[in-house]
Amino acid sequence: MSSRERVLGRVRRALADVPADARPYEEAVARDYLREHGQRSVAETVDLLAENLADYRAIVHRCAEEELPGLLARLLSAHGSRTVVVPPGLPAQWTAAADVTLVQDLAASTAPELDEVDSVVTGCAVAVAETGTIVLDGSPDQGRRRITLVPDHHVCVVRVPDQVVPSVPRALERLDPARPLTWISGPSATSDIELDRVEGVHGPRTLEVVLLGGS
Amino acid sequence: MSGTFVGMPAFPRAAREAVRDTTLRGNLRHATRTIRDKRARAVAELDDWAALREAGKQIKDHTLRHLDRYLVQVEEAVTAAGGTVHWAADADEANEIVARLVEETGESEVVKVKSMATQEIALNEALEARGVHAYETDLAELIVQLGKDRPSHILVPAIHRNRGEIRDIFRSEMSEWGRPAPENLTDTPAELAEAARLHLREKFLRAKVGISGANFVVAETGTLVVVESEGNGRMCLTLPETLISVVGIEKIVPRWQDLEVFLQTLPRSSTAERMNPYTSMWTGTTDEDGPRTFHLVLLDNGRTDTLADEVGRQALRCIRCSACLNVCPVYERAGGHAYGSVYPGPIGAILSPQLRGTGSEIDASLPYASSLCGACYEVCPVAIDIPEVLVHLRERVVQGGPAVRGGNRVVLKPAKGHAAERAAMRAAQWAFTRPGALRAGQRLASRTRRLHPRTLPGPGRAWSGSRDLPAVPAEPFRDWWQRTRGGKDGAK
Repeated sequence: MSSRERVLGRVRRALADVPADARPYEEAVARDYLREHGQRSVAETVDLLAENLADYRAIVHRCAEEELPGLLARLLSAHGSRTVVVPPGLPAQWTAAADVTLVQDLAASTAPELDEVDSVVTGCAVAVAETGTIVLDGSPDQGRRRITLVPDHHVCVVRVPDQVVPSVPRALERLDPARPLTWISGPSATSDIELDRVEGVHGPRTLEVVLLGGS
Repeated sequence: MSGTFVGMPAFPRAAREAVRDTTLRGNLRHATRTIRDKRARAVAELDDWAALREAGKQIKDHTLRHLDRYLVQVEEAVTAAGGTVHWAADADEANEIVARLVEETGESEVVKVKSMATQEIALNEALEARGVHAYETDLAELIVQLGKDRPSHILVPAIHRNRGEIRDIFRSEMSEWGRPAPENLTDTPAELAEAARLHLREKFLRAKVGISGANFVVAETGTLVVVESEGNGRMCLTLPETLISVVGIEKIVPRWQDLEVFLQTLPRSSTAERMNPYTSMWTGTTDEDGPRTFHLVLLDNGRTDTLADEVGRQALRCIRCSACLNVCPVYERAGGHAYGSVYPGPIGAILSPQLRGTGSEIDASLPYASSLCGACYEVCPVAIDIPEVLVHLRERVVQGGPAVRGGNRVVLKPAKGHAAERAAMRAAQWAFTRPGALRAGQRLASRTRRLHPRTLPGPGRAWSGSRDLPAVPAEPFRDWWQRTRGGKDGAK
């Protein structure tokens, strides 16, 4: 007998005492919880996102579309970045004003090569206000997962209010499970020393989030 | 200290030694109290917590009820997405599968994401025996690995170490494993985290094989979810060419939507955060992004035995948040090592004796490693009634009876150590069904009360070692009642 048959057989025998349950999945779970917490206007939801991002040590900026190239140039310069990796679908004008060498996100580039890059600039798929989370799904303006992981400085541009949802349930509704997803809430951190939170371990130690188009 | 839990003494003996270690007690008190208050605040932010907890319980119960169907669905979905699914009935099978998969890549080292399942099956030791070095990359796991130590907490395996001890371990051991600790390393947490970052980076960048567990597996989509903080998980899940995930069969949730419950309850219960810094979700393989080869090893190793127990099966709802450890008065004082298992604390006390059976001394003692105060049940985000299962397992240890071990129905013998308890209970039963004998015995006890010892002799000594014997009244209650007609006369 294969291990597969053995495990499945054990499961079936283990459940032999349980009365048959013909209830479909839809009826088995009472979803009495909230789809989102509290009543907020769109602007208030964006404010909550900014507040919760900052609470977990992300650096939050707001700007209008035409101000973005200037802002990105300033952020990269302030961080001392000379090389910046960009995903293939990032609008070219975003980084047009920055005095940096752009590195393309290529399948052939290796992790040690990425480790030499100072910063990464991406868009995002969705941002969650209640938890201060940005979610990347590998779309052309976000790139492969590793480009937002190996460089030490990540600048993520969130289009507000379109990409902002209030809550985790609302975020999952918008996401496609077939895509590789990365949920990011603040810079890399650890609670492993005396259960106290310290920022800055393996992922980017600086996370800057630009809320684009917000008032 | 050895790196394994084999041959651990029973809980009371291990705990007695642990509570004498004042450094350990100080470290644990500090860490658990910090997290306890933070968790309470994080949970209080959500006014629908009770409904989320109930939904989490129902999702898990429904999945377990139809586990055979959902396992097959996982297999189909993962395979369709480009992954390969393996089944392991026990630890040896799982270790063999993983070792073979690593050998097939031709690599002799792997990087690991913290995973309870691989700890449980002692994968690192099995790989080492085959000449493959497994590097733990979670900060706390690294501290444990470098210190040749054992994990003592589900979420923070090095919780028993304070910052000074961690600095000393880094200074003396890092050079053995790779990049040495920086000169003049101090004990500030930020510097220690930086030392770990530097030490592990070279390993991440050259790694060809990653090994992980998973917090959740979504049956309808074949998606795996890893919840973490440091980014070491992302490194192991995305940089290597081959990814092997070892996942207990109870980690399944039926649908994508179910994650909306657990992604709210897990971070708040474990690290007391609204959301943990990083959560990775992947479905099979993705062209030109992440590993090209993905293997999922579905692990039983006692889970189906646990599933066969009507009362005990609720332990399989556990999402490994460790909130129950942090509130437990016994855990806070005894520490995790005394539980003799990778699963310490209240959940460990009900999980280990079910996964491993109650045959060994340590496993038979674990259901007693509790005061049944119920704090663990209160904080559990999937409402596991831990005290109920503890009492049920105590009954099994003392009385024996039917159980399932390794997929086979067996009848357990009553434990030997409880002969005195059983004799006492039988004597009590005899006396309570014979009023005359009871009265005579009570009167005798009252008259001789000045002669009673302060501790019990013989097998009762252990019981009275930590308890006061109840004082016997000068007059039995029933005599007093008859004499005073229930105190109606105002007589004493």
